[in-house]
Amino acid sequence: MSEPLVRLENVRFAYGERAILRDISLSIPRGKVVAIMGGSGCGKTTLLRLIGGQEKARSGRVLVDGQDVARLGRDDLYAMRRRMGMLFQFGALFTDMSVFDNVAFPLREHTELSPELINDLVLMKLHAVGLRGAAKLMPAELSGGMARRVALARTIALDPMLLMYDEPFTGLDPISLGVIGQLIRRLNDALGASSVIVTHDIQESLQIVDYIYFISEGRVVAEGTPDDIRNTSDPFVHQFVHAEADGPVPFHYPAGDYATALTGGAA
Amino acid sequence: MLGVLRKLGALAINGVWRLGFITRFFWMVLLYSGQSFTRLHLTIRELYFSGVMSLLIILVSGLFVGLVLGLQGYETLQRYGASDSLGTLVALSLVRELGPVVAGLLFASRAGSAVTAEIGLMKVTEQLKAMDMMAVSPIARVVAPRFWGGVISMPLLAALFSAMGVFGGWLIGVVAIGVDDGAFWAQMQAAVDFRYDVINGVIKSCVFGVAVALIAVFEGYDCVPTAEGVSRAITRTVVSSALAILALDFVMTSFMFRG
Repeated sequence: MSEPLVRLENVRFAYGERAILRDISLSIPRGKVVAIMGGSGCGKTTLLRLIGGQEKARSGRVLVDGQDVARLGRDDLYAMRRRMGMLFQFGALFTDMSVFDNVAFPLREHTELSPELINDLVLMKLHAVGLRGAAKLMPAELSGGMARRVALARTIALDPMLLMYDEPFTGLDPISLGVIGQLIRRLNDALGASSVIVTHDIQESLQIVDYIYFISEGRVVAEGTPDDIRNTSDPFVHQFVHAEADGPVPFHYPAGDYATALTGGAA
Repeated sequence: MLGVLRKLGALAINGVWRLGFITRFFWMVLLYSGQSFTRLHLTIRELYFSGVMSLLIILVSGLFVGLVLGLQGYETLQRYGASDSLGTLVALSLVRELGPVVAGLLFASRAGSAVTAEIGLMKVTEQLKAMDMMAVSPIARVVAPRFWGGVISMPLLAALFSAMGVFGGWLIGVVAIGVDDGAFWAQMQAAVDFRYDVINGVIKSCVFGVAVALIAVFEGYDCVPTAEGVSRAITRTVVSSALAILALDFVMTSFMFRG
């Protein structure tokens, strides 16, 4: 049990010439909820895609349950993904299927279970996220928070060992936000899974996670338990936790001299 | 001068690159087509959306094309005292050319654009990625059934278009103008050869079906995942399908009907 479920070793990644991750090493221990935080566009989502095998690192290794994801063939990768669940930012529900069919989708695709059993399983998953009553609705009829809970039920349909959340708190009202936060924690513990949350919502994360990594400019710049983070003296983390506009992360995108730009010079 | 050359080169390279890409994609679709037939309900659903939903426009257009053919054909033929051959003219025009080509063009704008839009929007809303992360291949589950739905619908729609056109020609020629009923059908029967005319027409419509369906699913799958990207992809589907149909038609006609 001591070997972490996911380990990234000196991972580098770039889209074309644009370096996204410069040198990342981190691990996600079994049974824990880990948050990966950082400003928008710092490569957090890319990390999840590396773990899920949708992108391959330029160098370094991504190990999931002891296997190097980048070296898996298609069939092995798909076998691995059956044990992973990923919650997309806006749920990514299949819009041509009802809520029930959305949750049933992975079960129907990957198991030979009888329709009665699938029915029971789907209702159990929906009950776990509090939306058993919404089984017959279509995704277009759901609010943002409800859609994400349905997507969560679909994500846990096959009882995955690893749950990945891409910005699960974005665009939710405070109540829905709290509900999702509690669900992430409860489901992780009930399933005996491990979870990675990619987010920039610091306050919600501090309440539910076991460990936090901060990423900036493609590197891990700080890490620690929620208590460490609250009491940190690190200027970057301080700026992030207290939502200050200026600090180590500058307010201005790099630009030429302001006065020159205004007086007609090249920007 | 050098700039123009460079642009021309880039255009050519881009074109060849895209052609290679679509060929690889075609191969992938064929490779992952198993599910479209083992889980037939997936394909039948697409047959309904591509085929059945296009019926109305195909039938109505076929009727009007037949009506026009009847009018124009009679107008020309009667100058040479050959108005009895109206049936032949209408049937050969439709079966050999107009049926497959016009039905193909209509099919591309009615069903092809819808398929591109649907797959494109699934891409925008990350549904394809989500499927892939659930270890379900989007090519097998989403693309291949839509491809086969189009491929199967197209020849059937072209046949219905031709039948409707012949009916339209008969309405104008026999019922409205008064060409001899017996001569209309007898001349048609004598002149239209099943192998030479009908089968070649069916082959054309099958080829158009593959071309339109492939372009439609490819443009959807390949689109830039934004609202603008989807709208461009739909435009490209209609334009490329139309060009492909007309160019392929010329090539096939020059092989098939050399007199």
